[in-house]
Amino acid sequence: MAAKTLTIDGKQISAEEGATVLQAATEAGIPIPTLCHLEGVYDMGACRLCIVEITGIPKLLPACTTKVAEGMEIKTNSERLRKYRRMILELLFAERNHVCAVCVSNGHCELQTLAYSQGMEHVRYDYTFPKWNLDTTHRLFGMDHNRCVLCNRCVRVCWHIEGAGTKNVSGRGAKSRIITDLNMPWGDADSCTECGKCVMSCPTGALFNKGSTVGEMERDRDKLEFIVNAREKKQWIAD
Amino acid sequence: MKIRLATVWLGGCAGCHMSFLDLDEFLIDLADAVDLVYSPVVDVKDYPENVDLCLIEGAVCNEDNLEILHKIRARTKVLVSFGDCAVTGNVAGLRNVIPVNKLLQRIYVDGADANGCIPHDGLPQLSKLARPAQDFVKIDVCLPGCPPQNKVIAGFLNNLLEGRKPETNQKIKFG
Repeated sequence: MAAKTLTIDGKQISAEEGATVLQAATEAGIPIPTLCHLEGVYDMGACRLCIVEITGIPKLLPACTTKVAEGMEIKTNSERLRKYRRMILELLFAERNHVCAVCVSNGHCELQTLAYSQGMEHVRYDYTFPKWNLDTTHRLFGMDHNRCVLCNRCVRVCWHIEGAGTKNVSGRGAKSRIITDLNMPWGDADSCTECGKCVMSCPTGALFNKGSTVGEMERDRDKLEFIVNAREKKQWIAD
Repeated sequence: MKIRLATVWLGGCAGCHMSFLDLDEFLIDLADAVDLVYSPVVDVKDYPENVDLCLIEGAVCNEDNLEILHKIRARTKVLVSFGDCAVTGNVAGLRNVIPVNKLLQRIYVDGADANGCIPHDGLPQLSKLARPAQDFVKIDVCLPGCPPQNKVIAGFLNNLLEGRKPETNQKIKFG
């Protein structure tokens, strides 16, 4: 495949044609913060944390869904980007009820980690304190919409790794929410295979193993990675 | 001149103050360097004038909290949101999805074993929402944590005592 040469943060790099800016940066050892991105499933640019500046394009573009092109000049960590990333995080915190102190993922949460890394020590926007339900009808797992950031990871792993298609998104804007089957309680969703991949993929405490309490949810992503490697690289034996 | 320090306890569980007391021997150095002019651990009824620094624990949950918060802002140079409830609403804000009248009814009437009634005499009116301090007044520094770890508090106070910028030199964390 043809190689493209481009510049990321002043560093000359080459990347395969068809690669995303995020892939190119990662390969070159340039970190870009991400939230909805998950290795093994397609990218969709849901969270906008990975936005980058590209010379000649006035809009900020998500690195995960932007393909590399010859001669691109990209900035990944400008003052402007840091400002917007922090704004995005604060809006995520304000949009739902993220109460770290009582969350199953406290200390292992990707949203929390991102907040620290972007220097967020408070939220400048009014919290919306929306009323969301908790679905604990499933035998093994629970879903707390209060903690959901709508990254769609659970939807993508459910459809594209497990192939069950139980999880979906319903509604629009701030009222969007994850549903199971035809908007029925998770426990009644016949298509769910109880594989737990959605729980493994969740970046926050929105999906959890029943019975876990504050700080107890540590995600095991190794299984997802194993399945993806097995399929894509034909590596059927784990290291 | 000693630094005039105040600490105040709004809608919180006192955990942040416990973490403050957990400063151990640093409290001895602190006692030499500051005048504690107002605090739950000091018997002073009214918030004094000319306070240099005030640590605010808890969310703003009722009309009394709001009144004293405005008084504190007017009389204090540096205001610190001290702990997650003051910074985000946190646990105090968990009730925000329930209307106040339903909340009081559920706890004091439906939940009572005997003589259920909603208390009112001499009690401040509960606000519709428990909100972070910065929703009402300008906050100069945030020290999140549930509670803020003692090393975060010590790092902050140490900077202050030594005339550096009022910020902590430790990693902050929510929850």
